[in-house]
Amino acid sequence: MDKQPIDNTKESRLSAQQITRNFDDLHPPLNAQQAGMEASRCLFCYDAPCVIACPTAIDIPKFIRQIATGNDVGAARTILSANIMGGTCARACPTEILCEQKCVLAKGEDHPINISALQRHAVDPVIAAASSHLFARKPETGKTIAIIGAGPAGLSCAHALAVLGHDVQVFEAREKPGGLNEYGLAAYKMVNDFAAREVEFVLGIGGISIEYNKALGRDVFLEQLQEKVDAVFIGIGLGNANSLDITGESLNGVQDALQFIADLRQAKDKSALEIGQQVIVIGGGNTAIDAAIQAKRLGANSVTLVYRRGLAQMGATAWEQDLAKTNGVVLLEWSKPLKIQGKTKVQSMVFERTKLENGKLLATGDEFVLPADQVLVAIGQSLENQILGDLKTKYGKIKVGDDGQTNICGVFAGGDCIASGEDLTVQAVQDGKIAAKGIHNYLGGGNV
Amino acid sequence: MAKSQLKASIIIWGAEMSDLGCTIAGIETINPFWLASAPPTDKQYNVERAFAAGWGGVVWKTLGEDPPVVNVTSRYGVHKDMARGILGMNNIELISDRPLEVNLREIEQVRKNYPDRVIIGSMMAPVEEELWKELAIKIANSGVHGIELNLGCPHGMCERGMGSAIGQVPELVQNTTRWVREAVDIPVFTKLTPNTTDILLPAEAALAGGADAVALINTVNSVIGVDLDQMAPKPVLDGKGTHGGYCGSAVKPIALHMVAEIARNAATKDLDISAIGGITTWRDAAEFIALGANALQVCTAAMLYGFRIIEDLNDGLSDFMDEKGYRNISDFRGMAVPNTVNWNDLNMNYDLKAKIDQQTCIECGRCHIACEDTSHQAILMQVQADGSRKFSVIDDECVGCNLCQMVCPVPECITMEPVDNALPYVTWPDHPKNTMKSAE
Ligand SMILES: Cc1cc2nc3c(=O)[nH]c(=O)nc-3n(C[C@H](O)[C@H](O)[C@H](O)COP(=O)(O)OP(=O)(O)OC[C@H]3O[C@@H](n4cnc5c(N)ncnc54)[C@H](O)[C@@H]3O)c2cc1C
Ligand SMILES: Cc1cc2nc3c(=O)[nH]c(=O)nc-3n(C[C@H](O)[C@H](O)[C@H](O)COP(=O)(O)O)c2cc1C
Ligand code: SF4
Ligand code: SF4
Ligand code: SF4
Repeated sequence: MDKQPIDNTKESRLSAQQITRNFDDLHPPLNAQQAGMEASRCLFCYDAPCVIACPTAIDIPKFIRQIATGNDVGAARTILSANIMGGTCARACPTEILCEQKCVLAKGEDHPINISALQRHAVDPVIAAASSHLFARKPETGKTIAIIGAGPAGLSCAHALAVLGHDVQVFEAREKPGGLNEYGLAAYKMVNDFAAREVEFVLGIGGISIEYNKALGRDVFLEQLQEKVDAVFIGIGLGNANSLDITGESLNGVQDALQFIADLRQAKDKSALEIGQQVIVIGGGNTAIDAAIQAKRLGANSVTLVYRRGLAQMGATAWEQDLAKTNGVVLLEWSKPLKIQGKTKVQSMVFERTKLENGKLLATGDEFVLPADQVLVAIGQSLENQILGDLKTKYGKIKVGDDGQTNICGVFAGGDCIASGEDLTVQAVQDGKIAAKGIHNYLGGGNV
Repeated sequence: MAKSQLKASIIIWGAEMSDLGCTIAGIETINPFWLASAPPTDKQYNVERAFAAGWGGVVWKTLGEDPPVVNVTSRYGVHKDMARGILGMNNIELISDRPLEVNLREIEQVRKNYPDRVIIGSMMAPVEEELWKELAIKIANSGVHGIELNLGCPHGMCERGMGSAIGQVPELVQNTTRWVREAVDIPVFTKLTPNTTDILLPAEAALAGGADAVALINTVNSVIGVDLDQMAPKPVLDGKGTHGGYCGSAVKPIALHMVAEIARNAATKDLDISAIGGITTWRDAAEFIALGANALQVCTAAMLYGFRIIEDLNDGLSDFMDEKGYRNISDFRGMAVPNTVNWNDLNMNYDLKAKIDQQTCIECGRCHIACEDTSHQAILMQVQADGSRKFSVIDDECVGCNLCQMVCPVPECITMEPVDNALPYVTWPDHPKNTMKSAE
């Protein structure tokens, strides 16, 4: 979908300062006092449930104790050695369904440890100082691995391989690295240029080169690569935005929510961005929630998120739904889009009420119309099948074994493009780590 | 042992660490952290878990002649802060309650399984030369790197004429040390009790007896609390309680002082020191080393958190050394000793004033009331038109005592600022107000 111009009635726009404030850190960093107090609350549990709930298994009690003993650098090392993107994860992880949900103090005191904030407290200074010397590279192995996609999965794999002494060549379709850290995560989670600085830190280990504007299936091809390098890792995420397939989808003002967020993330001046007065967001996942909140914070008069099932079935967590509500987003459930109306530009949208019967979603025939001058579509992304060649897929994702290897020998994959768990940054990082281990083993380096 | 539910963690890379290896009494250890003689070192199972976790050495739980002692149940009492933090604990346990042979065979086995780790055999016996010598030889034959004399246990054993009953009499300290020194040719550590008025007396006695090192402190005699329902000291056993040995964070200041005294005393300054007492974090460890410790022992912290605290002890100490540019422990060992002086050597002209950072002050009033009620009435509280309160220091009244800074809940909010008064370094013996000053 191409981006279409939207009329903005100038009077109702928010001031540039207000917009800057709206996109400030959602959770500001802890000061020393807060970090110290929070760290001292942690019980230093044994076989801690929070660690088990972290997809990258960061030793949480250990790093929190390190903060408590004043060893912040050690804390950062503990975090980053398990999760090289611990900085982004501290900002973006839905901890309410991960570590913090399982923290024993959620049970004991109805108030879990603020693990993500402590994690950020430890990691940020290290990223700011670009102290890549936290990790040392093993002696060079002379092996080269090609990585497709410089998102969290690709970069995590690249870093681990570089530490193990391998040479890594990354091919990235876009002009910047970071994947959705750079283009997709909500702006109020990833303020300033953190995503870029984190990538710089990751690359600081050495042994990793990146070629930009090089896409698999367009500029590089799997068979060619396999001849040149010793192994390949694919971390291309999910490139295709699903479309609604209803009439009116090509009207001006109808846009893919991911593109809307990417434009927002890349905008030098957010107040120059176009935003509708009556915005409808279609979808029930995190992307829909993020798009809705950011539309509101950009100054839309009303934002209505419409989901065809109930709130309980939403992919977005309860915490995220609450965040949307406190930002003034209206959540409309049990409604499915029928068509988008307007001459050249969207004017309204027609929906039909739905209901659940015996586990089946049924249309009720009960239709209604909502006015809109902007529609953001966030009904999921899927794998770009046409570039996959002989790679086997399962349920629309690349099929891999326990070591991250695909059906093609020496070709590994991870991140959103495989079905490893939830599509989360932290899972992508873990996938990259597992594949790096698998590749190292495949290349004869043994188990690490 | 129950298996952890944790998925095998995949941590592919390690980081470089400063060299934590060091030497005490001629014994090389991969890091300065040993577990002190106590329940954590009671048997092979515990000790091997400790070594697997990364501890450099252990001092085996104190061994005595058979038949082994019998322990009571209800053994520990606790001293907590008002949250859940443990300040210290005490115990009324005796020495090893397992047969000597069992202990010795286990020591032999662990020595084989972990050849790069240190095992010191701790021992105690009634004050009879033959008994000390026989036991020391048996323990030495199990392959330990050294022998530690437990002259410190302040409960139970002392009622049988052992432990602190020996440690409190310098002559007995010297004799027992000499007996062991004569009986074996491995390094001898004399473990001192803090339950004495001047630690230098037993330390010098240990030196005279031929000790290669002193280990201190053992536990501090204490009653940890009183059960007000049962009207008996804790821990209460069937309605009665007794005094026990206090240890943990709370005893660290006592131990630091005693270590410093030995390190700066002309007669004992070359004696190696195995420092013990409340070591919980890498920072505690660094402080003991700065005051002259060659190596360290830990008991309570391991009992409260498990052996895994070794990770932060190692890692934190190594990071500290990196930051300061110390390549190994000896680079900073004893660096604080020359700066530990008598009161009479302090500069009477040094002047400090408290300073309150108005930006970070949260107006709790703690500094004011502390100074107003109990110190020098040097913090002014002014209620502002909007009801907020402003706290400021009256420089002329402030004696620089640090009390307000200590009670302030906000880090760095109150700082103690040196006054540049351009006055020379003058000690009390030379001070004009000193009427006892020797006439020149
Ligand atoms: C709007 C949005 C919000 C999100 N918010 C959160 C959140 O708050 N917390 C959270 O944990 N997760 C969140 N996620 C999910 C998270 O961003 C992803 O799970 C994660 O980025 C996946 O990492 P990846 O490396 O697999 O893929 P990506 O981040 O998508 O990176 C893939 C990379 O490959 C490149 N690429 C694609 N195709 C090709 C090709 N053919 N050739 C070469 N390169 C190619 C891409 O340009 C990109 O750089 C969000 C996702 C979206 C869409
Ligand atoms: C339960 C318990 C039992 C102890 N038993 C012994 C012992 O058998 N021999 C000994 O020399 N010290 C013994 N100690 C003293 C410790 O070795 C150590 O000197 C003391 O606890 C101070 O160190 P800490 O503050 O790190 O615990 C014991 C301490 C505790 C808590
Ligand atoms: S579960 Fe909570 S209290 Fe326990 S270690 Fe994890 S963060 Fe700390
Ligand atoms: S710690 Fe173990 S031995 Fe001691 S009282 Fe509890 S369960 Fe019993
Ligand atoms: S104790 Fe600290 S925070 Fe409280 S009033 Fe005084 S300066 Fe302010």
